[in-house]
Amino acid sequence: MAEDKPSWKEYPMAATIHSPGSATDQNTGDWKSMRPVRDSSKCDKCGICWIFCPDAALYMTEEGFYEVDLYHCKGCGICAHECRKEAITMVEEGE
Amino acid sequence: MGERVGLEVSLAVSEAVKLARADVIAAYPITPQTHIVEELSQMVADGDLDAEYVMVESEHSAMSACCGAAAVGARTFTATASQGLALMHEVLFIASGLRLPVVMAVANRALSAPISIWGDQSDVMSERDSGWIQLFAETGQEALDLTIQAFKIAEDRRVLLPAEVNIDGFTLSHVVEPIVIPGQEEVDSFLPPYEPQVILDPEKPVTMGPVGFPELYTEIKKQQNEALLGSYEVILEVWDRFAESFGRKYRPVEHYRTEDAEILINMAGAMSGTARIAVDMMRETGKKVGLIRTRLWRPYPFDEIRNAVKGAKAVAVVDRALSFGGQGGPMCSELRSALYPLAEKPVVTSYIAGLGGRDITVENFQTIVEDTGDVLANGPREEYKMIGVRE
Ligand code: SF4
Ligand code: SF4
Repeated sequence: MAEDKPSWKEYPMAATIHSPGSATDQNTGDWKSMRPVRDSSKCDKCGICWIFCPDAALYMTEEGFYEVDLYHCKGCGICAHECRKEAITMVEEGE
Repeated sequence: MGERVGLEVSLAVSEAVKLARADVIAAYPITPQTHIVEELSQMVADGDLDAEYVMVESEHSAMSACCGAAAVGARTFTATASQGLALMHEVLFIASGLRLPVVMAVANRALSAPISIWGDQSDVMSERDSGWIQLFAETGQEALDLTIQAFKIAEDRRVLLPAEVNIDGFTLSHVVEPIVIPGQEEVDSFLPPYEPQVILDPEKPVTMGPVGFPELYTEIKKQQNEALLGSYEVILEVWDRFAESFGRKYRPVEHYRTEDAEILINMAGAMSGTARIAVDMMRETGKKVGLIRTRLWRPYPFDEIRNAVKGAKAVAVVDRALSFGGQGGPMCSELRSALYPLAEKPVVTSYIAGLGGRDITVENFQTIVEDTGDVLANGPREEYKMIGVRE
């Protein structure tokens, strides 16, 4: 609904962002068509997926697994590609 | 109250930048602009100007360095011409899009190919829509004054846009003219230090130039365009303030013998000097001819142009640039569009002249006026004419 969105007068000049780290508020997770699913029985907790994820969309759980933050994961599949244990499968969204 | 000296116009521009106390100069030399930045680098090396002189490997880098410097709040200057300006192209839009008040002198020169180091205005016309404030000087005094004013206009919080001062390559940049150099104290009180609104600061981080999603981009462009349109009033204000301090008056459009004129010549830049002589000569033979010189090109002075042509039968627009495959001259297109909504408007004729360093002579102006007279008598012909071209 266009009328709910701010007028051009309300935006900061040149769209400059004044709050650092605000990218975390952006829901980039709704872009994806595929989502990574981990098979914990194959995972050896090496952290390769976490290192390679270009969007920092993986975080470590208390058990040491790397969980996907689906709000930010764009579904690029790099984690699945890099995992040497083939522990990550890309699954169609909606399945 | 300032000192009157004989000075090469390029060096007068350098003097203006020094008087403006620029903090950062990033530039790459290119004919016919080289003298401006050569002199500035000398001033910095000699300790006469307390600025950072950044030597870069291209004009793309020069404009990028200027953007960076302006983004941390420095008063920033560069100069270029022709291919150099063309190489800056994408960064020009970043300077205006990020609202960085960089000031640039352009010693207008033709674009290759064929290679031409000589003057015309096709370089700036190719950057017409880059969102910069664009001014044209006719004289050395004007080149110096506009450069000082450009900083004040660009840095105004109601504007915050880059500004460009065009001086015709060679025909203005390389001539020696009597020029009044204002005193440092006078310039200091006219142009206080730049107080930026937003800067890159590690203590208070901001993101400049983030992604503009489709739901945002249009609003930001509207903002930018409003700032450029709004700069018009600020420019007038700065010119009034300048007249108070320095006694020299500036307007967006300069009138010469326009009273009762039936045919007006419209153009920009140094060759208006020749047009003035031609007007005088034609006036002596009883022809009612005048000159309206466009000083402010962006934002376009719609109202001033509409007022300036009131009562005239025809306006002959002389462009030193050719819009290939289009309507001919970019200045003429603009003027025609500005006059189109008027119920009563003069006939507009378009002439391309002075390309790649070719002179526009007094005789050329006489031909242009005669040709326009012919159009008035016999009706329109071709869209535009190239003056002096050998058939
Ligand atoms: S790369 Fe594979 S094995 Fe290594 S932590 Fe990630 S999912 Fe587990
Ligand atoms: S699919 Fe891409 S974005 Fe999502 S977690 Fe894997 S590497 Fe990160």
